[in-house]
Amino acid sequence: MSIAGHQPPPFFKRGPAPLVQLVVLVSISLTLLVVDLRLRYLDVLRQVVAVALTPVQVAANSPVDMASALGRYFAQVDALQAENARLKRTEVEAANRLLRQQYLEEENTRLRALLDMRERLHSEGLVADIVYGSRDVFSRRVIIDRGMQDRIAAGSPVVDERGVVGQVTRLYPLQAEVTLITDKDQAIPAQVARTGQRVVLFGAGNGQLEVRFLAANADVQVGDALVTSGLDGVFLPGLPVAQVEAINREGASGFAQIICAPAAAVEARGTVLVLGRRLPELQPAPEAPAEAPKKKGARSRAAQG
Amino acid sequence: MQPTNTSNRILKPARPWFILFTLAAALTLNLMPIGRLPAMPDWVALVLAFWCVREPLRVGMMSGFALGLLTDVGIGSLFGQHALAYVLVAYFAASLSRRILWFPFLQQALHIFPVLFSAQLLMLLARLVAGGEFPGWTWFLESVTAALLWYPLNLALLLPQFRPVEKDENRPI
Repeated sequence: MSIAGHQPPPFFKRGPAPLVQLVVLVSISLTLLVVDLRLRYLDVLRQVVAVALTPVQVAANSPVDMASALGRYFAQVDALQAENARLKRTEVEAANRLLRQQYLEEENTRLRALLDMRERLHSEGLVADIVYGSRDVFSRRVIIDRGMQDRIAAGSPVVDERGVVGQVTRLYPLQAEVTLITDKDQAIPAQVARTGQRVVLFGAGNGQLEVRFLAANADVQVGDALVTSGLDGVFLPGLPVAQVEAINREGASGFAQIICAPAAAVEARGTVLVLGRRLPELQPAPEAPAEAPKKKGARSRAAQG
Repeated sequence: MQPTNTSNRILKPARPWFILFTLAAALTLNLMPIGRLPAMPDWVALVLAFWCVREPLRVGMMSGFALGLLTDVGIGSLFGQHALAYVLVAYFAASLSRRILWFPFLQQALHIFPVLFSAQLLMLLARLVAGGEFPGWTWFLESVTAALLWYPLNLALLLPQFRPVEKDENRPI
């Protein structure tokens, strides 16, 4: 190997010239970039390297874990007691609703059976902890401590106690990467809870969300709650997503510019719930033989949900 | 080899396992989950630039490429993003290696800054084309801190080479 910018005499040949090496490696890198971005062939390679990197990751996590453990140790007792009291109170408050929920669900099933409608889909949840935020500065993602071993599926929705947090986008054996709803590439179909107006929410890139492609005269007000519409076949309908913060109807594009704040504590560390994929079981539907399985699975699923 | 070419001091040769150890330590520091602290330097780029300047025949573009891929997986960024940046850091640092050691450390840092800055610029360009979000101007402070760390880093990483050749039993260190 010779040093860049300094050619050795020809009788000291040591491998390819630096410029050649540079061109080759840069073109490999660019190819990798394009393949990873457009074709997604490299996920297996990524998992293999991630497993090999596990000791380094553990070494890197340990000082931060120790620091946070130390911080917890010195947490004030009265702060913990206050938190405990608050949690107990919320639990009792929630119990009222939960107890009635079971009754209501049973009633709902009975009524739906009477009306000969399809049963609503349920999905199981798996509690996970956000371990850390991704260090990639160009996206908004977090890493949770559940992975392939816990049978999480890519694409599963992630919620916390207040609303939707994001979606699992990448799986590792022990961890999973969740793209937050505030990420610029993340879109989520929602509806205005007050009017039922369907909208699509996009991450605005600054920790907020943005409703795009909604006419300037649409009936949306500041303070409106946006909930998932379930049209994507991923999120259950009715989960809170965001609240409208500001509306600008005087844009040049003809669309209203609507800025929303996420309902969940999206960018904070904490405990989240990974819901199962909302895939309906493929059962023969005797009462509806005309409904053949369609190619666009998401749409037909959304229609059922 | 000397600390700088104007120095009279002759250093011991660098040991391969020490080079490997420092690169691994830099990778570990890069993967530390501290969130988004502003002006946190890219340790791998800095240490890679250091070794490409000091030992251009041992550490080069291939090492940069491998470290870049590892960083990409560890951070969860696009495959090839850091590989591309580190290959260029290695190339430019190696091409500086014959020249930079004639300068005192402050001027060396001024040489290193544009190398690290252009690597950041390249990553930004690649990610913006891929549809990522702009991380804000403060992100570029990373290479400023890295350049400021050039002198302390030199002292720390050259420390094993400063040891005397003969062992003196009466010397404390």
